[in-house]
Amino acid sequence: MEPMIDLPAPEVLRRLALSESGFVFDPVTGNSFTVNETGLFLLRQIQHETDPSALMDAITEAFDIAPATAERDLVEFSGSLRQHLKP
Amino acid sequence: MRPLVVAVTGMNARADNPGPGLAVVRCLRESGRSLRIVGMGYDALDPGLYSDYCDVGYLLPYPSAGEDAVLARLDALHAEEGLDIVIPCLDAELPIFVALAPRLASLGIRTLLPDEAQLTARDKSRLTELAEQAGVSVPETRRISDTGFFNDAETQGFAYPFFVKGPYYDAQLVHDAAEGAVAFRRLVAAWGTPILVQRCVIGEEVNLAALGDGEGGLIGAVMMKKRALTDKGKAWAGVTIHDEGLLDLANTLARTLAWRGPLEVEALRDREGRHHLIEINPRFPAWIYLSAAAGRNLPALLLAHLLGEPMAETPPPPTGMMFIRAAHEIIVPLAAFESVMMTGRTPEASHD
Repeated sequence: MEPMIDLPAPEVLRRLALSESGFVFDPVTGNSFTVNETGLFLLRQIQHETDPSALMDAITEAFDIAPATAERDLVEFSGSLRQHLKP
Repeated sequence: MRPLVVAVTGMNARADNPGPGLAVVRCLRESGRSLRIVGMGYDALDPGLYSDYCDVGYLLPYPSAGEDAVLARLDALHAEEGLDIVIPCLDAELPIFVALAPRLASLGIRTLLPDEAQLTARDKSRLTELAEQAGVSVPETRRISDTGFFNDAETQGFAYPFFVKGPYYDAQLVHDAAEGAVAFRRLVAAWGTPILVQRCVIGEEVNLAALGDGEGGLIGAVMMKKRALTDKGKAWAGVTIHDEGLLDLANTLARTLAWRGPLEVEALRDREGRHHLIEINPRFPAWIYLSAAAGRNLPALLLAHLLGEPMAETPPPPTGMMFIRAAHEIIVPLAAFESVMMTGRTPEASHD
């Protein structure tokens, strides 16, 4: 079954400026927030790939975790992103 | 060669609500021109009068003294300084400077200002009509004449909370009739009438500063999102952004009004990404130094436009350029303060 992951709109994700330090800046709203190393990896993936299955595959491979754990983390991260990002 | 003499008003700079004048003269100092900058204020305690950014400071009569009194004072300043350009920076003085612009022009003093019809069309109390004409969204705004409105605001379609606003400055979010009545009385005492009520739209405020060329075009737009506010809701920190919807809104308004002169467009971006016009300020904002930092020095562009110089294309300002405002003390020799109190002018030496 396809995981239920509700990401912000692709154009919103693509416009984000990501820094190596984990500082994230949205040039349209002027808002900024920080993410940890894992969050930065996810954001980089999400900027180019929003297909949930492909994302899950990338996460399970990169972090050597079970698909169920990857799905739970991705759902949680998507919720956090929606809180921080406006249309 | 004689420097260009530029007079700038708005030298008030209280930390919680600074006038734009000091930021404008700071921009002018970075224009690369040889300038003599004349700061003009209304109170001997306006700090900009004594700032090193100005070569000299003068007091003006308050706009309430009328056109003749203000013109007489400007005439006297002109005789002393040989003014080339005047940049008014305060909402409350704009009607007088707009009315005086032709007479200033006859003295050889240039201004980049809207005409009276343009100024009136963007008045806070006319925003609904302007929005209809321009085809843009504005939160419903209504003039009220007494505190009775607050007792049955909800039956008139204004659900609490909503904003109560003064004619030039100041806005307060009120949550019930008692709070509304207090805000009404405070705003009348501070700014006079009319008092306006404006529906509350949930969203994030975004701002744009630019010059209108008088033919429907915008020059040098710079966009900013406030990141921290003073107790009076003024920007204490902000960051440059690029919001295409805000730029579209400002272009539409400039075209509709054929705006001439500096302006600041304040808008709310709602959760769906739609923009709602909140205000058009007919002057540079206090955060205008950010325009110079972002490579679009708008006060310098104003000089170039008034001098008829070709306007070079400037690249889009970078996003993510921040400002954080800091309050600092200007040390004023008593003799300088005395001079302003007694003669309405700073002594030249106070700016050395």
